[in-house]
Amino acid sequence: MKNIFSIPILVCLVISIPFSIFAQEKQSDSLIETSKVIAEPATSLIVSDYKYDNGNSLKLNWVPSIDDQLPAGKVTGYELFRSVNGGGFERIAEFPPQKNSFQDDKVEIGSSYVYYIDALSKDTATSSAKTELINPEREWFNAGKIPLLIMALIIAGSIFYFIETARRGKTLFVRKIAGLEAIDDAIGRATEMGRPILFIPGIQDMDDVQTLAGLTILGRVSKVIADYDTRIFMPVSRSLVMTAGRETIKAAYQSAGRPDAYSDDMVNYITDEQFGYVAAVDGIMVREKPATVFLLGAFFAESLILAETGNSIGAIQIAGTARPAQLPFFIAACDFTLIGEELFAASAYLSGEPKQMGSLKGQDVGKAIALIVILIGVIAATFSTAWDIAFMTSIYDFFTTIFSVSK
Amino acid sequence: MNNFLLISLSDIGVIISLIVIFGGLLWLFVRSIKAKEVDRRIIFIFIFVAVAAPILFPITFQESATEVVKGVYNKIENLPAGSRILISFDFDPAMAPEVQPMANAISAHALEKGHKIIFMSLWATGQALLSQTLETVIIPQFPEKEEFVDYVNIGYKAGNEGVLNVIVADFRQMFPTDVNSVPLDSMPIFYNLKSCKDLDMIVSIGGGKPGPKEWVLFVGDPGNIPMGVGVAAVVAPQLYPYYPKQVVGILGGVKGAAEYESELVKNYQKFEDMETPGLRMMGPQTLAHIVIMSFIIIGNVIFFRSRRKDGTK
Amino acid sequence: MKREIPLFITFFVGTLLIIAVFIPPIENIEKTFTLFFDIIAVFAFFLGGGNLIRVHVHKLVNGKKDWVYSLVTLGGFALMLIAGLFKIGNDGGIAASVTAEGSWFQEIFNYVINPLQSTMYALLAFFVASASYRAFRAKNKEATILLIAAFIILLGRTPFGMMLTGWIPDSFSIFQIPNLAIWIMNSANLAGQRAIMIGIGLGVVSMSLRLILGVERTYLGEEGK
Repeated sequence: MKNIFSIPILVCLVISIPFSIFAQEKQSDSLIETSKVIAEPATSLIVSDYKYDNGNSLKLNWVPSIDDQLPAGKVTGYELFRSVNGGGFERIAEFPPQKNSFQDDKVEIGSSYVYYIDALSKDTATSSAKTELINPEREWFNAGKIPLLIMALIIAGSIFYFIETARRGKTLFVRKIAGLEAIDDAIGRATEMGRPILFIPGIQDMDDVQTLAGLTILGRVSKVIADYDTRIFMPVSRSLVMTAGRETIKAAYQSAGRPDAYSDDMVNYITDEQFGYVAAVDGIMVREKPATVFLLGAFFAESLILAETGNSIGAIQIAGTARPAQLPFFIAACDFTLIGEELFAASAYLSGEPKQMGSLKGQDVGKAIALIVILIGVIAATFSTAWDIAFMTSIYDFFTTIFSVSK
Repeated sequence: MNNFLLISLSDIGVIISLIVIFGGLLWLFVRSIKAKEVDRRIIFIFIFVAVAAPILFPITFQESATEVVKGVYNKIENLPAGSRILISFDFDPAMAPEVQPMANAISAHALEKGHKIIFMSLWATGQALLSQTLETVIIPQFPEKEEFVDYVNIGYKAGNEGVLNVIVADFRQMFPTDVNSVPLDSMPIFYNLKSCKDLDMIVSIGGGKPGPKEWVLFVGDPGNIPMGVGVAAVVAPQLYPYYPKQVVGILGGVKGAAEYESELVKNYQKFEDMETPGLRMMGPQTLAHIVIMSFIIIGNVIFFRSRRKDGTK
Repeated sequence: MKREIPLFITFFVGTLLIIAVFIPPIENIEKTFTLFFDIIAVFAFFLGGGNLIRVHVHKLVNGKKDWVYSLVTLGGFALMLIAGLFKIGNDGGIAASVTAEGSWFQEIFNYVINPLQSTMYALLAFFVASASYRAFRAKNKEATILLIAAFIILLGRTPFGMMLTGWIPDSFSIFQIPNLAIWIMNSANLAGQRAIMIGIGLGVVSMSLRLILGVERTYLGEEGK
């Protein structure tokens, strides 16, 4: 008898083959699925308008995924997606793990934006919830700089006040500045000895306020030189300074009634290159042996070379710069040094005009404010650090906030 | 011949130099008691010998890094691998002997830690010096590092603070390409790097204007980006007001370079045999300082002896 | 009008830039004006360069004293200008970078300008010594304090500082010379630097206001009183 079960068994076998293959695949898939690394999404994604800008920035903050842990969490990074005006989302940025903020500077006023962020793992990306729709806003006034505005108004206001006070005839006391008092004597010395004066307005261009300060002093000095008929050499290292220097000296000779005595050769351009300029000036000093040397403006490493060479030829030297690194060299090698703000005060001091003297008093108001703030700040910082007194800590924090320059 | 000498020719040179310098200073000191001024040319000769002798007959000293220098070192050490650091070469050949060693040491350290470096310069002369660093340090010591992936030279742009004002918001507006006209957008190192605010650290090496101070004022502080600075010794005092908040550390002059190099040599076997110009230059600096201090003492002796003479007259 | 127009431009631009600091839509206008200045300065170079050539040609033609140095100046000027403009020696020809390796411009920079700059800078070593010898004399109390501080800093910048005071225990480590030198730089010197910087900042404000308001006009060339 033939096995009556063979055919059904055969049929079952044939039918079961695809099922078993399918089942294996399913098994494989589920094995694969269970071995995929899936990270939790980032949360609390918030978008806000960046304050005090022209409407071209939005700030995003989020809480990193709980799977984002050092040294070897599941998260390998983040990707940020953005939709503009309801359109499709596109990736705009990628971050390493642990990042939790971003500033999107490529936004425009009038458009609306929605964001979401993907936490990336080895195999997958998990999306956060989308943000609300946001429109960037333009602020017409940067309220974050109000403390700066107040300080500027106080100092400018005090300058205007003292200018007005001086114009009404009130005498304003300004202490004697030895270097400026010595200018007339120094020029007189050069005249008596029959030797020239050398004027060096620094090595920066007209966009540096120290150069302008040097040129304003040149204007005063030129008037005396024109009256005394003393020779002056002014080698410069910038072409614009050459032009301005010539105008200044020419005007001084004209106002002294001696326009014919002026010559363009008094002011010569040497080179923009720092040490090439110094070599040329040193050569002029050693050959021409000026009796008086003025070093007034912005100087760098060459300051000591110039000052020492001037000292070696026996010249009387009056120097002034607002670069603190060079002041020690001038003080060591020169006869008189204008320290920092004295350089800027020089033109006002020499002119004696009420309007100019008033501006010097205004500066003093700023210094008085700085003194008081420093004193209070030091006391507050000391008490806050040493004894943790809350009131002092709040004063310290207040000063830190208003005098911070970060945006 | 050296096998028969107990000391090398170099040591003989050192001994002779030291005898000449200190013997000469002693002679001048004895003269100063008679209130005789010293001609400045004699001072120049002594300085020449004090600087030349340690260069010809190397004298080196042990260095250990101070906290100020360690600030920069530790920052680079602790940044995660792959961080992007911008190094700006803002100096000229005159300042190079003082600051190029620190530029080389910081670049080597950063690459060794696996960081990416963007090189640039605000000084026209800085580019040639940057090329020197690339040719003598980066390429020979790190042949496995790839340009555009691990480092790139985006070149020099004129404009001083104007350049900084632009790159703090957008690199590509000022540097659309690198120094060889390769677009920044095609470089992996610039992927997702829009402005200085995306950098992990900025190191400015220089001392003039524009330089480290301008970087702090226009980029580091407003953008809240960690900054390290390497400056000529004479400029270092100007940067101390910014330490440690706006700058994490300051390398000042040859000493700063020597201290940084000593940290590298101490902590990395790879750098044990590297050139250490900073450490080498401490020899001349030390002797020169001793000579200057001696002349200050001699000057004061002359001053007091003259005063006494005038007083007895 | 010759003076009124520059004064108006100064006032207008100065005021605009101050206001722009507080107005976000125009706060980047400063960069534009910086670029304007850079462009003007580049064109102004023609004036300076022209003046340089004129002065030295005049000396050369008239056989004035030291005319040989004028020849050197003009020769150097012409050589660098031609080498840079025509990219002489550049492998890539006139389209290549002016500072390409092997170019005459780069070679002159590497082998002439670099050493010359380093030479001039090196003069500082000699002048620091002569200035220190002359200036650091204990004439009074302040000068003596300065002298002592200078000694500490000089020693602290060398390994001898630690060698001399390394024996001081850690609890008094501030008296070790290198630490004392750092303290002088970070505290005493820093206080002085900050005070000077505050004064300079206020001086710049005052000077700038005088310039913007036209109170200070000397740089324009003042008319007779």
